[in-house]
Amino acid sequence: MSDSRTIAAIATAQAPGGIGIVRLSGPNALQIADKVFSAASAAKLIESPGYRAHFGKVVKGVETVDEAVCLVFRAPHSYTGEDTAEIYCHGGLYVTGKVLQTVLEAGAQPAEAGEFTKRAFLNGKLSLDRAEAVMSLVEAQGEQAVRAALSALEGNLAKKIKEETSLLIKAVAGISAKIDFPDDEVEQIADEELLSILRGVSERLKKLLETFDAGQVITRGAKTVIAGRPNVGKSTLMNLLTGYERSIVTEYPGTTRDVIEETITLGGLTLRLADTAGLRETDDPVEGIGVELALKKIKNADLVLAVFDGSDVLTAEDKILLEACAGKPSIAIINKTDLPRTLDKEYIAGITGEVVEISASRGEGVETLAEAVSRALGVDGFDPSSAMLANARQRNCCVNAVTLTDEAISGLENGLTLDAVQISCEEAADCLLELTGEKAMSAVVDEIFSSFCVGK
Amino acid sequence: MDYSANNYDIVVVGAGHAGIEAGLAGARLGCKTVIFTINLDWVGNIACNPSIGGTSKGHLVREIDALGGEMAKAADKNTLQSRMLNLGKGPAVHSPRAQIDRRAYTADMKHRLETQENLDLIQAEITGISRTEDGLWRLTTRLKTLYTARCVILATGTFLAGKVHVGDVSYASGPDGMFPANDLADSLRELGLPMRRFKTGTPCRVNRLSIDTSKTEPQEGDEKVARFSFEKDIPIKNNALCYITYTNERTKEVVKKNLHRSPLYSGLIDGVGPRYCPSFEDKIVRFADKERHQVFIEPCGENTEELYLQGLSSSLPEEVQLEFLRTVPGLENCRVMRIGYAIEYDCVDPLVLKPTLEFQDFPCLFGAGQFNGSSGYEEAAAQGLVAGINATARIKGREPLILDRASSYIGTLIDDLVTKGCSDPYRMMTSRSEYRLILRQDNADRRLTPEGYRLGLISEERYSAFEEKVRLIETERKRVAETIIRPSQALNDLLVSRETSPISTGICLEDLLRRPQVDYECLAPFDPQRPDISPEVSEQVEIDIKYEGYIKRQQAQIDEMRRLEIKTLSENLDYSLISGLRREAREKLQKIRPANVGQASRISGVSPADITVLLIWLEKEGKNADN
Repeated sequence: MSDSRTIAAIATAQAPGGIGIVRLSGPNALQIADKVFSAASAAKLIESPGYRAHFGKVVKGVETVDEAVCLVFRAPHSYTGEDTAEIYCHGGLYVTGKVLQTVLEAGAQPAEAGEFTKRAFLNGKLSLDRAEAVMSLVEAQGEQAVRAALSALEGNLAKKIKEETSLLIKAVAGISAKIDFPDDEVEQIADEELLSILRGVSERLKKLLETFDAGQVITRGAKTVIAGRPNVGKSTLMNLLTGYERSIVTEYPGTTRDVIEETITLGGLTLRLADTAGLRETDDPVEGIGVELALKKIKNADLVLAVFDGSDVLTAEDKILLEACAGKPSIAIINKTDLPRTLDKEYIAGITGEVVEISASRGEGVETLAEAVSRALGVDGFDPSSAMLANARQRNCCVNAVTLTDEAISGLENGLTLDAVQISCEEAADCLLELTGEKAMSAVVDEIFSSFCVGK
Repeated sequence: MDYSANNYDIVVVGAGHAGIEAGLAGARLGCKTVIFTINLDWVGNIACNPSIGGTSKGHLVREIDALGGEMAKAADKNTLQSRMLNLGKGPAVHSPRAQIDRRAYTADMKHRLETQENLDLIQAEITGISRTEDGLWRLTTRLKTLYTARCVILATGTFLAGKVHVGDVSYASGPDGMFPANDLADSLRELGLPMRRFKTGTPCRVNRLSIDTSKTEPQEGDEKVARFSFEKDIPIKNNALCYITYTNERTKEVVKKNLHRSPLYSGLIDGVGPRYCPSFEDKIVRFADKERHQVFIEPCGENTEELYLQGLSSSLPEEVQLEFLRTVPGLENCRVMRIGYAIEYDCVDPLVLKPTLEFQDFPCLFGAGQFNGSSGYEEAAAQGLVAGINATARIKGREPLILDRASSYIGTLIDDLVTKGCSDPYRMMTSRSEYRLILRQDNADRRLTPEGYRLGLISEERYSAFEEKVRLIETERKRVAETIIRPSQALNDLLVSRETSPISTGICLEDLLRRPQVDYECLAPFDPQRPDISPEVSEQVEIDIKYEGYIKRQQAQIDEMRRLEIKTLSENLDYSLISGLRREAREKLQKIRPANVGQASRISGVSPADITVLLIWLEKEGKNADN
């Protein structure tokens, strides 16, 4: 990865939409843009000041690719801190793709994943945790995810972490002041007070860690499997949730053979749905593969939606399915409420906990389902704009801080000398400071002088 | 006509704690050396607190000794009272401290200098310094005598443009009524060194016979003497007493009433004072709610009645100092022998020094001690030793001595000064080191004596004794790891009494020693094969075992740190060529010119992102060089 490349990529989502943006960044961004963009005013982009929009067209030789508007940003006043050109063309995968192709043929290099943000970070435009927040924002597909990513960007996480860090630093300073000035009349922090501070920090950090899993579900989406016997209405349900005909729905058991994946938003959460073959013993080898795959998918799923035919009784296959759901976040969906019910609801409720009754063919019960999903995933009542650990790096820092704080606690409880305990506390503080990029030691020294009257 | 007296390899300006170590090191390493002092009678002046050592400072003194410096030996010889601070808080923070006989120490150090081969000790005020055409340094004295030198070490302490303040009286002076060095101060500014002004202060001294000690709390030395030097044949005295008393509301009132008469608060003093050593009036202002402040009364010598009042440093007018002293229990009728004062002085911004303590822009010119912005005798001595070694290295074309942060407090001190700088007089504290469990006072010899021997400052004899000690430590460590202790009633009773669990099967001696509640000594009756080794040896074994986990972790951090230290940066690197650096980082890097990426990462204003950019740039340069 060299800074001297000019990179380009489609900045907008790969989906049908009104506008597509192709962004170029790097030392030759404007030269290359001039090769593919012809402004109506005949102005040259390379001579343009920053923050200027030019109307014109994207051209390839004499051929017009699209009418477009080109925005010019001049270093360092751009997202990446480099000269940047953003070509706003008509959206749609085909057209935007063609614009990008033209730009690449004119000399730009395809950007690697996250490369624009990496350059922004290296050019000092973004701090590390904000760069990560931007990445999360870009990845976020659901509303909750957007809120969570925004809150990291605004520093809710940083605020929470700073609170714990400052407690740790106070504790360390309390120990250090007495160690560095033992003859002075300095109040050394009492063991009980130290223990209580450390225990509090450990507890709150552990709670923060719990948010990580919920956070992952929110940003990445939950892998969800819809499972059930043939013809219980899984495909109908799938079609209902995705909004249009994706699965083949026929009356004969065993028609949905392959697993189809689809991403949907339900109640603000992102679910990655996979349809499954009917769960049934079968001689048909093609069928067989589908069923195996289905059981495997259930094993790897974050959430199982187990569908049952409310107008039938529980069969052996139903019970196999219920067993497979044990220990997993799962919801039993009793379908076909439009028909008279004969299914034993209590039996099911005893195993899955969450039971929802719907009529997929009539489109009834979706809201109840959404709430049940929230509860089952443990994100019910989760406020994503509260502090949340967004990625593995942050989680790691937090885990280490907890380990070290607990080490200090057990050291104190076992009569380990203060010099070693102090080191554990300081290292814990360092792990937290790593999240925002500072160092513990100078903070401790400053704290000692400002809080304690120490003399020669 | 100017008289050209002599030329030397090394000229040391100042015979304070830095100058002494610098001069001795240069001479011992074979350079023709001279130390100039304004006043021959106050060589190694313990100008303020009559003690050596203390937290982290004790570490510095032991490290100086491990490398072959002198302070520890003179301190041991002239100790009045000895204590080990922070006992019970763990070996990483144990710090030896001793009350020192001020006059005896000076006489002793003077004699050591006088008897040193290759070393001249001359009373003369250096008034000017300049470069000759052939790259030597030329120094002029007050008597217009000229000297030339290949290397010069500036160890001027608090003498440069010294100005004493008491109340609204101020006058040019060095400390303790000695002449200031005004002309030299001008000469250094003319030379172009980036000078600034710091201040320090000292309290009254009183006559012991006028103190009512019944109103104070006496403090004795420890039963077990804590020596500085690793050479054990120096007998150490430990009889003197210190006394503790406290100021009160009335003391506060006197100060508050007269605050406007303090030169600090009236704006007469420009210099920046040390955070850690505030004057008494500072304490009253900053910690206004505190009802009382501790006063620690220390003896100044065996043959004097002078007592030092620690905690009452002041530059308030004479009558105010007398008034507030008399409000303190025990001091009601005190007779003051010296009034407390503040002194301002010129010193240099250490950011322009290399880690060798040589000036970046002035080849063969070195700085050491308070001249570099530090405070404290021990900090000064440590720098003097390093400067002396490196001036010699310069002259003899050897590799200089650069101690890194993981090797010693000395390394930490110098790295802090030349990389981070200091905005007030820098005092060493244990909190400044990231590797406290490794940099202990008890293992300074294991860490540094091999280097001292390699340099030529540690004798064969001493080194053999050291090697023997190391061998005994290793042998005993192995034995302890292989010895099994069987359970017994007596052993289990002992363990239970120490609040740790009894054993039911044989346990390795090492595992028992690992428990914080168990120590080497108490296991003696259950360890019949124990060899006859000194407590210094068994202490090392015990610490290594008890803190093994922590030591391993700190060692891993050190290895990580050293990975960045080996990525060297050229002295002449033009940082404007590296794109992606923030402007502040670029400026700081250009100014400080770090020797390696590790040092660069510690500069304030250089962020981790800038380091990433630096590393990426180095990679690219490396690849380009390969191509």
